Amino acid sequence: MENLDNYILRVSNLSVTIQDQLILDDISFQVKKGTTLAIVGPNGAGKTMLFRALLNLVPYSGRIEWRGKIKTGYVPQNLSAGDVPISVKEFLSLKNVSNIEDSLTAVGLDTKNVMNKRLGVLSGGQLRRVLIAWAIIDKPDVLLFDEPTTGVDLDSEESIYRMLRDLSKKYEITMIIISHNVHIVTEYSDYMLALNRCMNFFGESKEIKDPDLQTIIYGETVCKHGSSPTGD
Amino acid sequence: MTETLIFSLTVGISVGLAAGYLGSLMVLEKMALVGDALSHVALPGLALGILYGFNPFFGAFAFLFASAIIIWQLGKITKLSFETLVGAVFTLSLAIGIIIIPEPELLEALFGDITTVNSIDTMIAVVVSLAAIFLTKSIYNGIVLGMISEELAISKGIKVARMNLLYLLLVSMAVAIGIKITGTLLVGFLVVTPAAAAKTISLNLRRYSVLSSIFGGASGFSGVLLSSFLNLHPGPLVVLAGITIFFASVLIKWTKPSAS
Repeated sequence: MENLDNYILRVSNLSVTIQDQLILDDISFQVKKGTTLAIVGPNGAGKTMLFRALLNLVPYSGRIEWRGKIKTGYVPQNLSAGDVPISVKEFLSLKNVSNIEDSLTAVGLDTKNVMNKRLGVLSGGQLRRVLIAWAIIDKPDVLLFDEPTTGVDLDSEESIYRMLRDLSKKYEITMIIISHNVHIVTEYSDYMLALNRCMNFFGESKEIKDPDLQTIIYGETVCKHGSSPTGD
Repeated sequence: MTETLIFSLTVGISVGLAAGYLGSLMVLEKMALVGDALSHVALPGLALGILYGFNPFFGAFAFLFASAIIIWQLGKITKLSFETLVGAVFTLSLAIGIIIIPEPELLEALFGDITTVNSIDTMIAVVVSLAAIFLTKSIYNGIVLGMISEELAISKGIKVARMNLLYLLLVSMAVAIGIKITGTLLVGFLVVTPAAAAKTISLNLRRYSVLSSIFGGASGFSGVLLSSFLNLHPGPLVVLAGITIFFASVLIKWTKPSAS
């Protein structure tokens, strides 16, 4: 029998309905401490809504149980920083911590080069790294990343995932990552949850073989309450 | 220098500093016209003060305060933007104000008048400005984070909606005291233009908010001073002083693009 203490998060029969529309239908999964869970699925599958439910930002039915008092970090997919004259240093200072330089170094950024740059002028890759620095700066137990490689060129995607894996090991952070790139996350995650409003798959990433991926993502599952999954 | 001029300059500087500082957030929120429109809401309050013989500041503030809460609540229910809601109520307030305000006082209410500033007005302006700056400083970072990403702010435990309400009330306070100097028609300028000038030449948030406040104070000071020398309404002169600063910032940006 599995030790329940190993789980940092347990989700049972989670459903989310927004304005009479069923966005998530009967989702159940668990996350083990220190592991990385990848959440995959087509656009409109409810991935971001699942994060919002986990962060208690939207009403839901079912159960979400975080183990004990844990510190949760969250990195959204998009920022609206373009028009705000805020430097990288000032942005990270919003967390009221002192180890700004260490965090920037940990995500592979040249501290001197980026500290005083405006957030809005960073390249896609630099911005994602700054966001990762933001997320790890106050040493959370769990990190929720919504598309960690948005705006990053294809060559840099893998290096970002590799860095996340290294940071997870180094700081013992449990990671929950939403990703569109199922091929990469299969390699860099321990578990995978495939959503399309309802659950198509939940299990160990290493079990998944390449030909299975398409079925896992767009699968044949019919949701419990009749809302057959459709990507939009 | 007369006592009235000293009072007026003190009010001009303190109101300018507060409005400039608060305006720096309004410009970032792309709500520049909200400050302008909100100022018109004060007119019926001013009218009541004039008609019933109490300090018009309190009438203006009461109307702005009530309107801010109504607009915030309507925003929560309808999900309409602040601009839309403020736009919907401000013309009504302007119309009511113009109907009930006596004609000789209408000009003062619309364009300001420093000749009537007394020690109580000055004291109120200084205290309210300091309180507005201090309280805004305490929520400044939270509001900025909410602008960059509301979800990020909420996940950090920041009550974004509550903070926005407090900010709206503080803007109402700044607008209410600004009316004495610039009048209701032009007080919106004090919230918008200093921040616009500061944003043009700022690389970071600290410089932006400090410059915005300084530009507001400088506009208030120069406008009031010119008004006393030229014997004209202070409102338009405060605006001209501020616009000069704005064009100077544009010139700096034009000649030194790396300044921002």
